[in-house]
Amino acid sequence: MRHGGQAFLELGKPNNGGTKIFSVSGHVNKPGNYEVGLGTPFAELLAMAGGVRSGHKLKAVIPGGSSAPVLPGEVMMDLTMDFDSIAKAGSMLGSGAVIVMDDSVCMVKALERLAYFYFEESCGQCTPCREGTGWMYRVVHRIEHGEGRPEDLDLLMSVGDNIAGRTICALGDAAVGPVQSFIKHFRQEFEYHIEHKKCLVGA
Amino acid sequence: MPHIEIDGKTIEVAPGATLMDAANQAGIFIPHFCYHKKLSIAANCRMCLVEVEKAPKPLPACATPVTEGMKVRTHSAKAVAAQKGVMELLLINHPLDCPICDQGGECQLQDLAVGYGASASRYAEPKRVVREKDLGPLIATDMTRCIHCSRCVRFSQEIAGRMELGMVHRGEHTEVMPFLEQQMHSELSGNVIDLCPVGALTSKPFRYSARTWELSRRKSISPHDGLGANLQLHTKDNRVYRVVPQENEAINECWLADRDRYAYEALNSEERLTRPMVRDGDKWIEVDWQKALNQAAGALRVLRDTHGGNALAALASPHQTLEELHLLQKLMRGLGSGRIEHRLGQADFSGDAKRQGVTWLGMPIAELNQLQRVLLIGATLRKEQPLIAQRLRQAVKFGAQLNVLHAADDDLYCRVANKLIVKPSAWVNALAQVAKALQEAGASLPAELAGQLNDITVSDSARAIAASLNTGERKALLLGAVAQNHPAAAQLHQLVAAIAAACGAKLGFLSPAANSVGAQLVGVQSGPVALDAKGYLLLGVEPELDAHNGPELLKALQAAECVVALTAFKGRVMDYADVVLPIAPFSETAGSFVNMEGRLQSFHAAVTPQGEARPAWKVLRVLGNLFNLAGFEQNSAEEVRQEALPQGEAGIAARLDNAIHGVALALQPPGAGIERLGEVPIYQLDPLVRRAPALQQTQDARDAACAWASGALIQRLNLIDGEHVRVRQAGAEAVLRLCRDDRLPDDVLRVAAAHPLTAGLAGRFGAISVEAV
Repeated sequence: MRHGGQAFLELGKPNNGGTKIFSVSGHVNKPGNYEVGLGTPFAELLAMAGGVRSGHKLKAVIPGGSSAPVLPGEVMMDLTMDFDSIAKAGSMLGSGAVIVMDDSVCMVKALERLAYFYFEESCGQCTPCREGTGWMYRVVHRIEHGEGRPEDLDLLMSVGDNIAGRTICALGDAAVGPVQSFIKHFRQEFEYHIEHKKCLVGA
Repeated sequence: MPHIEIDGKTIEVAPGATLMDAANQAGIFIPHFCYHKKLSIAANCRMCLVEVEKAPKPLPACATPVTEGMKVRTHSAKAVAAQKGVMELLLINHPLDCPICDQGGECQLQDLAVGYGASASRYAEPKRVVREKDLGPLIATDMTRCIHCSRCVRFSQEIAGRMELGMVHRGEHTEVMPFLEQQMHSELSGNVIDLCPVGALTSKPFRYSARTWELSRRKSISPHDGLGANLQLHTKDNRVYRVVPQENEAINECWLADRDRYAYEALNSEERLTRPMVRDGDKWIEVDWQKALNQAAGALRVLRDTHGGNALAALASPHQTLEELHLLQKLMRGLGSGRIEHRLGQADFSGDAKRQGVTWLGMPIAELNQLQRVLLIGATLRKEQPLIAQRLRQAVKFGAQLNVLHAADDDLYCRVANKLIVKPSAWVNALAQVAKALQEAGASLPAELAGQLNDITVSDSARAIAASLNTGERKALLLGAVAQNHPAAAQLHQLVAAIAAACGAKLGFLSPAANSVGAQLVGVQSGPVALDAKGYLLLGVEPELDAHNGPELLKALQAAECVVALTAFKGRVMDYADVVLPIAPFSETAGSFVNMEGRLQSFHAAVTPQGEARPAWKVLRVLGNLFNLAGFEQNSAEEVRQEALPQGEAGIAARLDNAIHGVALALQPPGAGIERLGEVPIYQLDPLVRRAPALQQTQDARDAACAWASGALIQRLNLIDGEHVRVRQAGAEAVLRLCRDDRLPDDVLRVAAAHPLTAGLAGRFGAISVEAV
């Protein structure tokens, strides 16, 4: 405030001015809220949060709250924390709630939990979200519990297409974001689940 | 006016119109479920998604307003993909039990699934099951079929006026249900069946009885209240299976009151008379028509020849057709009798000589929605005229001030600006107060009245009503059935006419019966109901229920030498008649009704008469022949109508006039003591309604069987709410359950008229007492 708007703007980078508070959670040593200038490399933010739990490797990051599409860890390490760069990588900065997942995480189980959240939170007013969130959750739940079918992954992608962009509010899109991105980036893990009826992680 | 391009057609649309409106205008169908032209926009089914150029996502046509230059594609690949996607999601939790669903064949979901659904479902998870709801005797539920379009919820809130249904829970667990396990009590509840795009809400009496494709559709007109709602009778094997609305924007719009919808059950009642019968001492013998007609004509002829024409009297129901009423009066006048009456419920006939015209609504029905100021006088509106109540509710929604004078402060499910809730004997005084308040505010009253109001003290409520009527435009004063049957009906009419003139309002009568106006037009009114005739001809009446004073009329009939009853139902006809001629109800005869706005509506028979029943116009025609009267050679109902109303509707309009002059006011203060408010209950209006089993199971029917009093009155009389009490009126008594209604004044006991339990009471108004049994 003392230095004026321009000074605040210059804390960030062009088109992504100012600072943002990131709420880093998950598998980091020092989870917490960190205010940094927009454009700060993710690696720096991760370091501020004490780095990934010792003994583990970074696997994936949800950069902007649970509705933001997940990005693989190696992609994130090359990105800066600002709207444009995250969007370019196919996700969104969203709320700035950064969820860090290390290599102990089963992506199917993580998605099951996220899908359940949206299934539970749907208000039920409009059709795609009311009916679709339950459908997606149930399919992911089946996969996690060893009852997946090979066609389920394409089905999930397709059901997601039928929900996203067709609802009254953004919860429909939010529910689809994790489902489609988890399958896009970690399809192998889902396929392993379906084929072997158990988890790739720790196998 | 914006121009838009829709599917390649450029059209000009009204500003503020939605894409759905534009598509309708262009004759393009966009699939939809939640959208309904009479309800608010919900945009929750998402079936009407269309592609709009420059919009990143498909937009719901029902909720997207048009803007200049918009380019819309309703059937592009993108639009259809969205529509099909929504359809798949609608179907995943739908039971797809069409083969056992009553809606099968007339289901919007089924129809649209043909165009937008896949042949097999990709959904392999467990389906949702929803617990049934008990909505009462009229509506069956299969809530698992519900697609949550919310039409029924919006209807109950916006049209019926009371939110009896709501959406409860969230997400996939969302359910439509009534509040706290209650049933639907709205007198318009059946409309949710038509609105429901799936088989979640269906007609309970019709359930599992026929398939839509087996039914023939016959247009008809409702024979109940004065609205003249347009009906479709659905028939199969010469039987009416159900009734649905025939849309008529000027009358019933797309709605029906439950009374119009469910009364058809009576057409197939066990109570139907199917053979002519004559009394032989204490026995009844079924005879052929020839014999019955000869006996009737013979007995009436003897009476006429011995005592003169006026020894004969005819009483007719205003629910009979115009043609029947015309031939009845023609027959009676041919026999030299001028005593023909249809207003059996009326007590005061002193106004007859003071007016010239046929009383009517005073304006077209559709104009009710545009009114800005209304005063309702003695109208139990929701029960008398359910769809008129709906129209006034819409007017109030757009800012109209509704004022009420009644003896019960019933909830009209809309805002009431001012009200005067006083016992019936205080109504004349109350109206005089309103008139005087207008006079004091500078309005000029008719000279004949102005001098009579000197001793009147104006109450605040009356002044508020006058102030309301003195402002605004498009005003109406409407007299309900209670006012028309009031012991001082003529004075009420006179005062209302004066107030209407003073404030520039229209004066209207809410005609209680389907043919109240028609009966007046053909001259079936001659003054007080004859109690001293030697011979009676009854047409469609149930004297003990229809008469203002049932026991009195019943006594007169029993004392008469001959009573010939033309009736469709047995009822208590054996108690007083000598010859019973079974006639066809409205569904089995051609005929016409003239509704309260003076509209002549004719209809054909939908089925043939049951048993040996005959259309009453034919029976009356033959009776005319048997008396060798001239002018009984008509070969069709059309011919009779042509004779009764040679100029048709044009001739009717010229005779409609509510003006009244010269009724002297008796402005004494109302007496002390408890008074009866005796209304005709909604499901006791006519012989058909009285025999409709489902309607008789409704809350309204149960309520009519009780005596209602305020808590203060119950306490003052040391009575107990819920227990049976004995009510006494003019030497007669009835035992009824006492119920509490604090919307009644402390000196009013509401005891229904036209009800079997109260048929022994004498008169619908006046002093009444109540005591513990």
